[in-house]
Amino acid sequence: MKTRVIWAFAAVAAFTASVFAAQELSAPLRDKWTAEEVATIASMRLKVAGERPADFSNAYEQKAEAAALGRALFNDTRLSKNGQVSCASCHSAAGQFEDGRQFGQGVGTGKRRTMPVMGAAHAPFLFWDGRKDSAWSQALGPLEDPAEHGGNRVAFVQLVLSHYKAQYQAAFGPAPALGQLPENATPNGSDAERAAWAALPAKTRDGVNRVFANMGKAIAAYERNIAYGASRFDQYAEATVRGDARGQESLTHQEVRGLRAFLNKGQCVTCHNGPLLTDHAFHNTGVPPVDPKNPDRGRIDGLKQLLKDEFNCLGPYSDAKPEQCGELQFLNTNDAGQLGAFRTPSLRNVAARAPYMHAGQFASLDQVLQHYATSPKAAIGHSELARPGEKHAERQTIRLSATDIQDLAAFLHAFTGPVVQPK
Amino acid sequence: MLKRMTISVALATAALMTAGCMATPKNLDLSLAKKSASGVYYVELLPPVQAPAINQMHSWTVKLATADGAPVQGAKFLVDGGMPQHGHGLPTQPRVTREREAGTYTLDGMKFSMTGWWEMKLSIDGPQGADKVTFNAVVNNPSAR
Repeated sequence: MKTRVIWAFAAVAAFTASVFAAQELSAPLRDKWTAEEVATIASMRLKVAGERPADFSNAYEQKAEAAALGRALFNDTRLSKNGQVSCASCHSAAGQFEDGRQFGQGVGTGKRRTMPVMGAAHAPFLFWDGRKDSAWSQALGPLEDPAEHGGNRVAFVQLVLSHYKAQYQAAFGPAPALGQLPENATPNGSDAERAAWAALPAKTRDGVNRVFANMGKAIAAYERNIAYGASRFDQYAEATVRGDARGQESLTHQEVRGLRAFLNKGQCVTCHNGPLLTDHAFHNTGVPPVDPKNPDRGRIDGLKQLLKDEFNCLGPYSDAKPEQCGELQFLNTNDAGQLGAFRTPSLRNVAARAPYMHAGQFASLDQVLQHYATSPKAAIGHSELARPGEKHAERQTIRLSATDIQDLAAFLHAFTGPVVQPK
Repeated sequence: MLKRMTISVALATAALMTAGCMATPKNLDLSLAKKSASGVYYVELLPPVQAPAINQMHSWTVKLATADGAPVQGAKFLVDGGMPQHGHGLPTQPRVTREREAGTYTLDGMKFSMTGWWEMKLSIDGPQGADKVTFNAVVNNPSAR
């Protein structure tokens, strides 16, 4: 995010001057945009994202040895209770690093939609509820989740130190001496596993946690090299910014109508902004819960988990200095709007990864768009969307015709680009 | 000349407001120095010298004075805000972390996650009593050319 935003404090004027002057400098473009629209389109180009920002909490993320170990761990099904589940089981390298299912399917069935790996290096918070604040800490969660890998850290650490000892030491240096360990133990598992964990000396628990954290750091080092590639939208945006009339042909007329709706009446760009088409924030948009009697509380519970997580940026296994943990230091824990709120997903490659929303509630982009056109009341918390007919002083209702929905759905396909990954 | 520019600006604003949904309301008070709601304090906000990117965490300076301009030391602040047009709060919980010199405070942890109209609200608790002040900021994308 190298591009700086412009401020308009002295007058609203700053961005309204020469509204229709954007294309004056060049040959007539096929599609006319206002200067403000061109600025918004420019801000959505993938290249604006720049280099993946450094994760100060992971000192090994750019180390090739860590990435090599991480790739092996990512694909190792022994890191599961039944020996059949690896990270790659739900995050398939053959597709969009997700599984195409409504719910993640590991040792058991999860409660939410699997998120893709691409873009994770740019996200301050991971998972739909943002309960993790780094890619390495995120990678540890599923390993001990009973519905996902269903395992425990003591078993996994022993597996890594017996099967990957040389690779581990190449990446992280000598492994701590752990002495005699029980087969299974973790602070999060069954009664027996928790009892076995509590019985370990504090120094041993710390050593196990250190190796476990490094497993996550290795996986994050591998994942860091998995990224979105440029899409037809990016070609169009570049052409529009440069005043290249022929380059604008990379989108059809219908897709351009969809882009117009995306920027204006659909209000999509409000949250799906910037080069990754997400504001990296959490919003309640009234998406219907899978179980109306027991609705998913989303971010408000994710915040609590994040704060007590020993693997967060301020925890003992983070490599960051406290002042490098700005997101945690200034975490907004007092916002009632976080009830029923979920992370804004990137729209890059969105057409290639149905179903949609945090629990795969919608099978198609048409259904997603129809949801926003309807803007229903939230089943839990309050939707940020103004409801049709609602008189609100500030907010405006999203109004989309059937044609608008078709145009938007067509346009969303233009965000599809390659998945860039290590060979 | 100045008058003509002001008029053309007003027209351009009107055009935008009908064209897009995200337009900022007309006549929004964008001054960054004003009296608090009950007139107890005079508050000035200074943005960072280099404008931050969207989603980049950054700091502001708060200058707090009495209504007649004397710096106010030792005040406590609560920071709130959000986007009235979108019904959500600030993505972070900014705090006034220190008083750098008499009446000059550092506001850390600010972040804007999207372009548009943001409110920044300060609840002030100082020797002269409690009062509140709300500032408006409009964050835009940089010009593409």
